[in-house]
Amino acid sequence: MSENPASAAPVEKLGQTEFVYIHPFWEFWNYFRSSKGALAGLVFIFAAILVAVFAPFIVPHHPFEQYRDALLVPPVWESGNSSFILGTDDLGRDILSRIIYGTRISLSISLMVVILSLATGVVIGLIAGYFRGMIEMLIMRLMDIMLALPSLLLAIAIVAVLGPSLVNAALAISIVSLPHYVRLTRAATIGEVNRDYVISSRVSGAGVFRIMFITILPNCWAPLIVQSTLGISNAILDLAALGFLGLGAQPPTPEWGTMLSNALQFLQRAWWVVTFPGLIILLSVLAFNLMGDGLRDALDPKLKK
Amino acid sequence: MLIFLLKRVGVVIPTFFGVTILTFFLIHIIPGDPILIRTGERGLSDERYAEMRAEMGLDKPLWKQYVTYITGVFSGDLGKSITTQVPVIDEFFTLFPATIELSVCASILAVSIGIPLGILTAVRRGSFFDYSVMTVSLTGYSMPIFWAAIMLILVFSVNLGWTPVAGRMSAMYWVERVTGFMIIDSFLSEEKGAVLSALRHLILPSIALATIPLAIVSRMTRSAMLEVLNEEYIRTAKAKGLSPFKVIFVHTLRNALIPVITVIGLQVGTLLSGAILTETIFAWPGIGKWMVDSISRRDYFAVQGGILMVATIVIMVNLLVDILYGVINPRIRHR
Amino acid sequence: MSLLEIKNLTVEFGSIEKPFRAVDAVNLRLDEGEVLGIVGESGSGKSVSALATMGLIEFPGRVRAEELKFQGRDLLRINDKQRRSITGADIAMIFQEPMTSLNPCFTVGYQIIETLKVHQPDTRKQMKARAVELLEQVGIPDPVPRLKLFPHQLSGGMSQRVMIAIAIACNPRLLIADEPTTALDVTIQAQIMDLLLELQEKSKMGMVLISHDLALIAEAAGQVVVMYAGQVVEIGTAEELFYTPKHPYTAALINSLPEHAKGKKRLDSLAGVVPGMYDRPSGCLLNPRCQYATDRCRNEEPELKGPLKRQVKCHTPLGE
Repeated sequence: MSENPASAAPVEKLGQTEFVYIHPFWEFWNYFRSSKGALAGLVFIFAAILVAVFAPFIVPHHPFEQYRDALLVPPVWESGNSSFILGTDDLGRDILSRIIYGTRISLSISLMVVILSLATGVVIGLIAGYFRGMIEMLIMRLMDIMLALPSLLLAIAIVAVLGPSLVNAALAISIVSLPHYVRLTRAATIGEVNRDYVISSRVSGAGVFRIMFITILPNCWAPLIVQSTLGISNAILDLAALGFLGLGAQPPTPEWGTMLSNALQFLQRAWWVVTFPGLIILLSVLAFNLMGDGLRDALDPKLKK
Repeated sequence: MLIFLLKRVGVVIPTFFGVTILTFFLIHIIPGDPILIRTGERGLSDERYAEMRAEMGLDKPLWKQYVTYITGVFSGDLGKSITTQVPVIDEFFTLFPATIELSVCASILAVSIGIPLGILTAVRRGSFFDYSVMTVSLTGYSMPIFWAAIMLILVFSVNLGWTPVAGRMSAMYWVERVTGFMIIDSFLSEEKGAVLSALRHLILPSIALATIPLAIVSRMTRSAMLEVLNEEYIRTAKAKGLSPFKVIFVHTLRNALIPVITVIGLQVGTLLSGAILTETIFAWPGIGKWMVDSISRRDYFAVQGGILMVATIVIMVNLLVDILYGVINPRIRHR
Repeated sequence: MSLLEIKNLTVEFGSIEKPFRAVDAVNLRLDEGEVLGIVGESGSGKSVSALATMGLIEFPGRVRAEELKFQGRDLLRINDKQRRSITGADIAMIFQEPMTSLNPCFTVGYQIIETLKVHQPDTRKQMKARAVELLEQVGIPDPVPRLKLFPHQLSGGMSQRVMIAIAIACNPRLLIADEPTTALDVTIQAQIMDLLLELQEKSKMGMVLISHDLALIAEAAGQVVVMYAGQVVEIGTAEELFYTPKHPYTAALINSLPEHAKGKKRLDSLAGVVPGMYDRPSGCLLNPRCQYATDRCRNEEPELKGPLKRQVKCHTPLGE
């Protein structure tokens, strides 16, 4: 770590102190890129975003198109058909094209889930941490209750109430992941609220909202960014799990989990139908986790030795 | 210590009541007529409808309904399943041993492999071994476990034929239910080979369910060990001339286990979430599969009762872990 | 034969290509019953030298020396097991932070008996009796119930007494005390120092006393070594260093003592800090901070010269 260029930021020369100014972003970047895993995760995510955006231009087939004469065609290297690289499913749809379209769904919905629960969680957490007392107790008890329920079970219960659909599944996951953001923001707020800079801001007459959002919040970003990155991977996993259980996206939507839900019956005959969608879930979740770990190491000053 | 205990219990009670309020309202926020949902009957006559309304107490104010509900909860009455007409609590306890059996096996796997791996990687930090174990561990942590389960079946059951695909016991054997735990029951039965069959059925679901806790336990053990290894009292231990073995397994591990045990306790929720998926795939007749089935059957009493029971279990386990934390941490045990 | 004889001790950290020398060619000698003081600012390498003597420098740190002899045995040329049988028994060490140096999970009794068990195994009863005796020796009243206490139930001074009890458990011939009183309250500091010196006197063991506090060293130690940036810059008796310092660095250390500031408005202090990993100057390492520095000081590294007991590493020693 100590050989890292970033650690040389303020170079103290003997006698006269001389500061070499490095913008915090570059300092952060130097740490981040020193982790190969984090970099690999970032590259994968970039590639996935590109694939998602340009999906219509790169898919070999339409994801809904059923080739009746090409049911359960194995992948190319298993003496399959060169036009279906990863093979086809039981309805003769191209698996590669469906996975590519699935990238759009998984990435965009997961991002929305995180934005929704982050925004709500930050506001609730700030309120709890700033006002303390009764409000805080009520909020934190409610969060304890939500944490007492296994997250997937709670999500299932919410979907059961709202009815199974992609949007409801996304909503359920946002609600379920709320407590993490609330707890983080509250803890960070409590840590910051008595710092001198907050007190001086209060003394100079800043309003409650100004103090909460403009003075305190920017100082709590680091853990929230890390949690959000890891939150995306959780959202991808839960979304796929709900889809798999038939409670998320409904067929024929090419969502990764949904693609696996009726594939169990082909286990004996067509391994490719069950293998590839799961593999892509694993890789995307891994990419976000790698990036999240890298972000945490780069943003956590305690680890900078 | 007593104050610590009372404080913990004091937090648990409101949380439990909060959960009951949540499950109570679950039925009220479901779109549609509660009577039709609860009875599952169609084409009721008006008189029958009013009769049922009174019978279920739906004509009373909401808070009175809640009082009735909570009184029922405390006397073990969680209502009857709409589909089977069996009391929800009986159904729950019939299926619960299967889930416990699976979760306990998964936990044993996760802890007995995860802690040694965490210790080894911490001691050999920065080595190739550390790097590869941590990569595998992060992969396990990122695993969609329903897919992991499918892949395990594909490899070990379909391709290699080593393990059965689903269920808890081969149809060849008749094992009478005594405890509900298949391993114990098959021991008690006269059938030869039943125990082996029970174990063979248990292995794949346990591995699938253990994947994420195993990853979490090994990562947590590693980071706790690394943190403790930097403490000054470890330097003191070395300065005493203790062997590296004693420094690691007595002085470091004893302190590192305090946070690790807390994390293991918190995996109960992860395990039960995972059980929902694992049981569904392996047709394992436990509460996870039962909850999913109940939702698809729109059996809301079963769902309501199941959620309450699961939440209660998680709350109780977390309380036990908190108490255990106090017991193993001298700083809390002795004031 | 000296009790401890160190020749050309070097400790490096960091990569092989760009190592950081925390200790640079240090020579030390100590006889039985002698107290050797080591002074210097933080980062001067005094603690690292002590840890190297104890064998507590871990990978990636590298310890090299022409000789690191304790009672005539070269500690760098025996195996780990033999080394451990000396560490904690014949050479013991106490640290700066008593509160964090005791393991929070074990009782005081366990931690004392543990040392006995490794080096002088005996029956449980005997070892417990010895632990009680040790606590009495370090001035802890009513020791029997105290054996059952956990570290968090002790005050800082009490913890340091327990640390001392652990250190002297096997009657060491050499005790290394690394800033033993720095973390304690002023009133406790004197008590702990008195205790250490009393124990040293009684058992005629050698003691290395490390401190940044020159006044404390002057009271306790016979021979004193001044270290700067990993190097020994001056050696002499406490009296010589105090009244006729030859190295500008020693002089600056003495002038920064509050006792010397009577009548002055401000304390004298040395500007700047000890050079770090990448900013070592050429020539004498002190030259950027030294008011007497000449071109020679900036280009040519001085040697440590003079009679064995009165040496200085400077081109232009004071008073010459």
